[in-house]
Amino acid sequence: MTSVLEIRDLHASAHGKPILKGLSLVIRQGEVHALMGPNGSGKSTLSYVIAGHPGYAVTKGDILLDGKSILTLSPDERAKAGLFLAFQHPVEIPGVNIGSFLFTLFKNKYPKGSAVTYQKELQDILKRLGLTTQFTERALNAGLSGGEKKRAEVLQMLLLKPALAVLDETDSGLDIDSLKIVSEAVNSLRSPMFSALVITHYNRILEFLKPDRVHVLLDGKIAHSGDATLPAELEKKGYRWLKEEL
Amino acid sequence: MNTDVAINVGYTEKYGFHDEEKAVFRTPKGLSEDVVRQISAQKSEPAWMLDFRLKALKAFLNKPLPGWGGDLSAIDFDNITYYFKSNDKTAHSWDQVPEQIKNTFEKLGIPEAERKFLGGVGAQYESETVYHKLREDLAKQGVVFLDTDTALKEHPEIFRKYFASVVPHDDNKFAALNTAMWSGGSFIYIPPGVKVDVPLQAYFRINAKNVGQFERTLIIVDKDASVTYIEGCTAPVYSTDSLHAAVVELIALPGSKVRYVTIQNWSSNVYNLVTKRAVAHENALVEWIDGNLGSKLTMKYPAVILQGENARADILSIAYAGKGQHQDAGGKITHLAKNTQSRIISKSISKDGGRTSYRGLLKVKKGCTGVKSTVQCDALMLDDKSRSDTYPTMDIDEEQSTIAHEATVGRIGDDQIFYLMSRGMPESEALALIVLGFISEFTKELPMEYAVELNKLIRLEMEGSIG
Repeated sequence: MTSVLEIRDLHASAHGKPILKGLSLVIRQGEVHALMGPNGSGKSTLSYVIAGHPGYAVTKGDILLDGKSILTLSPDERAKAGLFLAFQHPVEIPGVNIGSFLFTLFKNKYPKGSAVTYQKELQDILKRLGLTTQFTERALNAGLSGGEKKRAEVLQMLLLKPALAVLDETDSGLDIDSLKIVSEAVNSLRSPMFSALVITHYNRILEFLKPDRVHVLLDGKIAHSGDATLPAELEKKGYRWLKEEL
Repeated sequence: MNTDVAINVGYTEKYGFHDEEKAVFRTPKGLSEDVVRQISAQKSEPAWMLDFRLKALKAFLNKPLPGWGGDLSAIDFDNITYYFKSNDKTAHSWDQVPEQIKNTFEKLGIPEAERKFLGGVGAQYESETVYHKLREDLAKQGVVFLDTDTALKEHPEIFRKYFASVVPHDDNKFAALNTAMWSGGSFIYIPPGVKVDVPLQAYFRINAKNVGQFERTLIIVDKDASVTYIEGCTAPVYSTDSLHAAVVELIALPGSKVRYVTIQNWSSNVYNLVTKRAVAHENALVEWIDGNLGSKLTMKYPAVILQGENARADILSIAYAGKGQHQDAGGKITHLAKNTQSRIISKSISKDGGRTSYRGLLKVKKGCTGVKSTVQCDALMLDDKSRSDTYPTMDIDEEQSTIAHEATVGRIGDDQIFYLMSRGMPESEALALIVLGFISEFTKELPMEYAVELNKLIRLEMEGSIG
């Protein structure tokens, strides 16, 4: 299987401070990988660097999407290349209606897509997420609760059907029912056309998602990788033993 | 995509065209008693109006330029043509409008808008109204929608009763100038109980160079009647400056509702100095919806005097200042009666060194208990070169009133841009979306056609901003 995401010896810094220090990772077509690790280990930085946040500088290494380097691409070009980042803290855009925003995204992605197709698609997605049309009349993230913001992220992801999704702590702030709904929505995308990197602190979402690989990020590097049984082990033992291993 | 093409039409291409200057009559440049007499004679006005104009001219000459607001020092009052007539009479059928002027308004989409959704249309070109039409059923109900000059002739009693009753001839320097030089504008009278369900619209166009446009609008809405009036303004781009000094007086009699919607999109060489004021009697509602784009300097503070109990006022405005532009705008509310309510929402955007100022006045007279007022002004600056200031004045003489004031000044966050770009939007589109969200409280009050047009204009302004 060909790799969708390949990260090679990635070094990145913010405000001159190195955060990622030689991270390598390969996600193949159809795979879901989980990324865990203590606070401050660089997980969110990795998600921002993949998406092209201008506040982070890549000092060494490369990121390839479908075999092509994306480092010189702007965030919108990366999105067009098939990348989607579900933000840990979705940004509030006051006054922008979710519905019209989604339609803009849809038209950007499918210039020939009709309003009828869009409506059908949207209604289907809303239903899967346990939302109603009323939700789309609210402002984009502004005034939404933490859980609603996370659902709005997943809603966008389901509409855009990315080739690679990075889900940055999408599970945090969700109650058990919401977590189940969101997990099922992610699972509904699973196919050879969809891969994901799921950043999380908790095993619960991974029990739903059943990742192919689980990685632990420590101090800007992958310190350990394992299969779906690793998170349970980490929950018992914490991260300290891995640090000692390093 | 086709929509993008429409969006990319620049101001210059869409509004900046100009026609050959063809005057049937024009006064010599500069202002003098003689110029005032010539204007009045051209219009065959009654003697009282000439006297009133002359009184206003004296007031104008005696008043210094305001020392606050924007820089007015570059206005050369001697190099302005105060009256410029391009046609002989107002047409009431589109076919009668002179070809050249007709083409202008067709380019601006006026006849199309009339057919689609308006109850009446007035179009003013330079100093005179060139076209005026009111839907027949409205005329039958006694609605009067005329250019102000014709109204003076056809409805002299009501005209004289209300003219300059809200904005006196010596109210401020530019209101005095307007009173001396006024020509054209809209006159509206809505009889008691008549609810006009479609907007009436006027469109003002300055075409010639160095011409002053001084339209005078007078709106009287009788008891329990209601109306929406919309006004649009444009001018071509010239290297020398034009002056637009309008006066709008609005009288909302008991129980009436008036909504006055303006989208001004002047070229960047127009001084736009407008006095807009309303009186609201008991249980009346006055809404100023005021959008200001373009111009070199705009000084405009729509005002409402809440004179009767339970009267309400709503002033909703946006201002956009780009390079070399200063928008000094805001709102004024005077609470003179018990249980009156007001709300001012002002949104401003500055970019490329543009400057916006919010200037507001809120007054509550002693004894006016139960007053409620909210003022909210938000400024958005798109870069470090731009500037925004807030000058709120509050003069509250009654303790038993509820006053809330909130002001914010912000910049577009990099995180907002990044978030939207990560969804596949180019930077300029992300920027435009954030700005449109910022002014959405305003846009949602506009008729659809205007909201769409305003959104296009904002997108257009944002496209130039990515370097």
